[in-house]
Amino acid sequence: MSPLRKLLPRVLRYRREFLWGLLYLTCASGLALAGPWVLRYAIDDLTANVTRAKLGLYAGALLGLAMLAGLFRFLMRRIIVGASRAIEYDLRNLFYARLQRLPLSYFQKQRTGDLMSRATNDLNAVRMMVGPAIMYMASTGITFVVAVSLMVSIEPTLTLLALLPLPLVTVVVKRAGAAIYRHTARIQEQLSTLSAVVQESLAGVRVVRAYGREAIETERFREENAEYLRRNTSLIRLQAIFYPSMGFILGLAGLLVLWVGARHVIEGRITVGQFVAFNAYLVMLTWPMIAFGFVTNLLQRGSAAWRRMDEVLSTEPAETESTRGEVPARPLAGHLELRDLTFAYNGQPVLDGVSVVVEPGQTLALVGPTGSGKSTLLGLLPRLFDPPAGAVFIDGHDVRDLPLATLRSTIAMAPQDPFLFSDTVVANVRFGLGDGATEPDAAAGEAMATSRLDKDLEDLPDGDQTRVGERGVTLSGGQKQRASLARAIAADPRILLLDDALSAVDAYTEAEILGRLGTVMHGRTTVIVSHRISTVQRADLILVLDEGRVVERGTHDELLARGGLYAGLYQKQLLEQALEEVS
Amino acid sequence: MARTRIAMSDDDVLGKAYDGRLMRRLVGFMRPHRVAIAWAFASIVGLSALQLAPPYLTKLAIDEHIVTGQLEGLGVLASIFLTVLVLSYVFEFAQTYLMQVTGQRIIFDLRMRIQEHLQRLDVAFYDRNPVGRLMTRVTTDVDALNDLFASGVITVFRDVFTLVGIAVVLFVMDWRLAIVALSVLPLIAAVTQWFRTNARQSYREVRGWIARINAFLQENITGMATVQLFRREERHFAKFDEVNQGHRDANIASIFYYAVFYPAIEILGALAIAAILWFGGGWTLQGTLELGSLVAFVLYSQRFFRPIQDLSEKFNVLQSAMASSERIFALLDTSVDIVGPQAFAVPTPSSATTKRGPGHIRFEHVWFAYRDENWVLEDVSFEVAPGQRVGVVGATGAGKTTVINLLMRFYDIQRGRITIDRVDIRELPLDTLRARFGLVLQDVYLFSGTVADNIRLGRESISDAEVRRAAEAVHADRFIRALPDGYEMAVAERGATFSVGQRQLLSFARALAHDPAVLVLDEATSSIDTDTERLIQEALHVLMADRTTIAVAHRLSTVQDMDEILVFHKGRLREQGTHQELLSQRGLYHTLYELQYRDQESQIAPEALPATT
Repeated sequence: MSPLRKLLPRVLRYRREFLWGLLYLTCASGLALAGPWVLRYAIDDLTANVTRAKLGLYAGALLGLAMLAGLFRFLMRRIIVGASRAIEYDLRNLFYARLQRLPLSYFQKQRTGDLMSRATNDLNAVRMMVGPAIMYMASTGITFVVAVSLMVSIEPTLTLLALLPLPLVTVVVKRAGAAIYRHTARIQEQLSTLSAVVQESLAGVRVVRAYGREAIETERFREENAEYLRRNTSLIRLQAIFYPSMGFILGLAGLLVLWVGARHVIEGRITVGQFVAFNAYLVMLTWPMIAFGFVTNLLQRGSAAWRRMDEVLSTEPAETESTRGEVPARPLAGHLELRDLTFAYNGQPVLDGVSVVVEPGQTLALVGPTGSGKSTLLGLLPRLFDPPAGAVFIDGHDVRDLPLATLRSTIAMAPQDPFLFSDTVVANVRFGLGDGATEPDAAAGEAMATSRLDKDLEDLPDGDQTRVGERGVTLSGGQKQRASLARAIAADPRILLLDDALSAVDAYTEAEILGRLGTVMHGRTTVIVSHRISTVQRADLILVLDEGRVVERGTHDELLARGGLYAGLYQKQLLEQALEEVS
Repeated sequence: MARTRIAMSDDDVLGKAYDGRLMRRLVGFMRPHRVAIAWAFASIVGLSALQLAPPYLTKLAIDEHIVTGQLEGLGVLASIFLTVLVLSYVFEFAQTYLMQVTGQRIIFDLRMRIQEHLQRLDVAFYDRNPVGRLMTRVTTDVDALNDLFASGVITVFRDVFTLVGIAVVLFVMDWRLAIVALSVLPLIAAVTQWFRTNARQSYREVRGWIARINAFLQENITGMATVQLFRREERHFAKFDEVNQGHRDANIASIFYYAVFYPAIEILGALAIAAILWFGGGWTLQGTLELGSLVAFVLYSQRFFRPIQDLSEKFNVLQSAMASSERIFALLDTSVDIVGPQAFAVPTPSSATTKRGPGHIRFEHVWFAYRDENWVLEDVSFEVAPGQRVGVVGATGAGKTTVINLLMRFYDIQRGRITIDRVDIRELPLDTLRARFGLVLQDVYLFSGTVADNIRLGRESISDAEVRRAAEAVHADRFIRALPDGYEMAVAERGATFSVGQRQLLSFARALAHDPAVLVLDEATSSIDTDTERLIQEALHVLMADRTTIAVAHRLSTVQDMDEILVFHKGRLREQGTHQELLSQRGLYHTLYELQYRDQESQIAPEALPATT
């Protein structure tokens, strides 16, 4: 129950609201219970004799009580449900704030849909638990206690008799509740089996069609679907037995009251009015009995949902108070050093003993086949992945000892498949500007010129105000990459990382961009990953990676002279170029 | 268009609560179960009638026993009461059971219909629609419809019957008082109407905010690394806070309507009772109304208002059910373009085992585009004689894999003709056509089930011995027998426990066991260790023996000894001939060969050269 204890302070922030709410609730329930009491006197007076005026008084009292009760119910609902919405809001902010602090590796393991479902569906179940469930529970409790006491005050033995079947209700609710829970779980299980069958037959649609497996897939689906139907049927049978039994048990109580109560009236032990009021209270008890099961269900679902939310909330963030490093005394210049960097991801070795020094103003290029560890190496610099201690240094500081904010404001990155936000083009470029940017438009304009996005702006419907659509779908691959590059440049970084960031840009524009970039990055550090030799040939140092190891290093000319992997790659690209030119 | 509707996001459509066209189609699904539905209906009528009894029995007890002091006959009354209780139980059980089970059966049928349709839809459909979204149709959306059958429609009838029943009894007991009691109905109708309009409006608003929260989360969770790298956390938190606040405020605004509605109905109930007391009490005093009737009226009015509250709650159920059924029918209405000559024939496993044929293939001036006029293949013609082995090569995007897709009729061509054994493939039933091919894809797809199941792939006529023979022939036997359960070993997680090479061998065994006339290979690009590579090459030779083979190759080494090699470039068939012929032409094939040669060289390089770190 410890996760639930963590929820408590969040709820207690609204204790004033809950206290007022409970007060209103008590008033509303009390007033509602006074109704039958009025009825009792009215009926009794009717059996004796009564003036018209007195009858009007009773009728007016009934109506007045109901109106007051209604007013309190109105206030109660507004304040309690309102508080539950406020708690929902707090928790959702808390949840999102935590997500923002979690490392990339966390998001690679979790499915987005699952996280979203926790922030919406699960959160709603938690809200139902802290709001409506509390409300129903309190009103049920109060109604039960007051109604029973009033019944006792009318006639204790009759009350006892009427309540005789009620423990049965509790037993039935508890037992049936547990069984229903079990059945529901089995149904959910079968539903995911069913989904898996669908998923399999759809994901492998080509093989299914090629081997004429459609009928078999349908048959398999039919079997699982039939099992789903069977499990549902057995739950339905249970519910069909359970639900009417509530009415039956309460009906039995009514029968007992009628049978015994009528004798009591005739024997003069109670009046007709008391008999009617007694019946009315019994009816009022029906709802609390049923609500009991309903509320238990809400509580169960709510606490399970909270547990799922808490899993995220208690996940250790990338940077905690205790691991946050010192802000360095001088601003970082961009001197980069890797010392025997070895790194494994998910148990797979990715980098093996990589060492290199890059001075500010130099350009380092990384080439090598897919899976050789180039992108991972880049990701380690801004700590998208955490490098081991004593391996990655900027200006002599281990990146692990720098605050994330400092580190990441020094580095900007343009990835191969950039993520743009559904906003205008210029807003996406300005994304990288610091808060202190004095002339955001000028900076964004310059960055777009450097990345040659300016050329495309006139072709876009609204220029730089064009909205890029979800994940940038309205832009071409090359435009997206250049927007992403502009975003990185606008961030004014000391170290710029290009992760195959120009792969979708044509060779001519690429040369233009690289030329302009040389001016912008003067005195700063650039690390380029690319498959294209043309992109990397002007770098000060080229590392050729293979399976995480540096297999060649040197300048373009040195590597060509060597006649190794790099030279082979170069030849291959010349040939490919030749092939491309064949029309 | 059905297509665009399906492509829409799942949650932003909030349809009407009632749509006659959709309703009629849904009723169509209810028709096979009409007997059960009729019985459920009868139970509801019986139940509603029985539920009218207890207040009336109370009236009788008061008027004939309590007021008169006569104990005789009270026993009879109690027995009637008990009988009513027992019968109510039976009817309610019958109604609940019959209706819900019928609902589930309808859902079962609907699911089968969707599944069968999914199995027939064109492969192109799956290029456009993510599997995840389609699964939602079969699971979540269908379940939303279940609510409609199980609780929605039927309880509406029950509520209506109860209301009508109570009204009738009231009129029979005392028409004057009945008018008094029912005089609040117009007020109730007005309040309900007010609530419905406003609640619906604010429900819509809240849904809008939820959609915004979802969109924001979706974008920001997938783009979290970008947010973090550019240190936008605070600013994005502020944006999220804004959306979150909007959602909260819209919800708080909507509480108002609920907070007014429920008490208002209760106050109107009290108004009815007060009126009954005022008028009825007066008539009782005059002696024109029995006291018991007055009490019965009070008890009935208590039962009168819950159904009305329920009715307005049913509204939401109806609304989401309609939205779901709209999406489901849009899927079912998606037309199947690629069908055999006997349209709409559901493929059966038995018809898939039709004759093998010699395996002669011809492409005649074939033009094809996945979309519009972006030709992927332009005017392609070639012929493959029975038993001939043909390799298809070309740079990425040359249209190689498309050749396979067209041959198996995953897509239909726009111009020209493809024949197999001199018959246009469009004139063959799909299952007959596809049964002539054995497809081996580069990404081997394994199904859950045993290893043997995956070789047999549903064709039960393949005996255990044949399964084994096929596996032995392609050298898969050795590793299969090394498995704890051998051929009966269950394939876990799509075969993730097998190596790439092992999966490839399994797919060879699969193709061989089916003994197709034409073998279609889409060769793997991923590199495999040299030992397995050798096994695979040997297995390939076994597989290609005595049958027409069309192999899309990414590595030229695979096709060097083929009878003929087709060289594709930018959608056109550019060169054709044997390895030696093509090399001597010094054309495209020669350039490709050079490229490959460099590739192989660079793969050897790491071993040949010492690391220089």
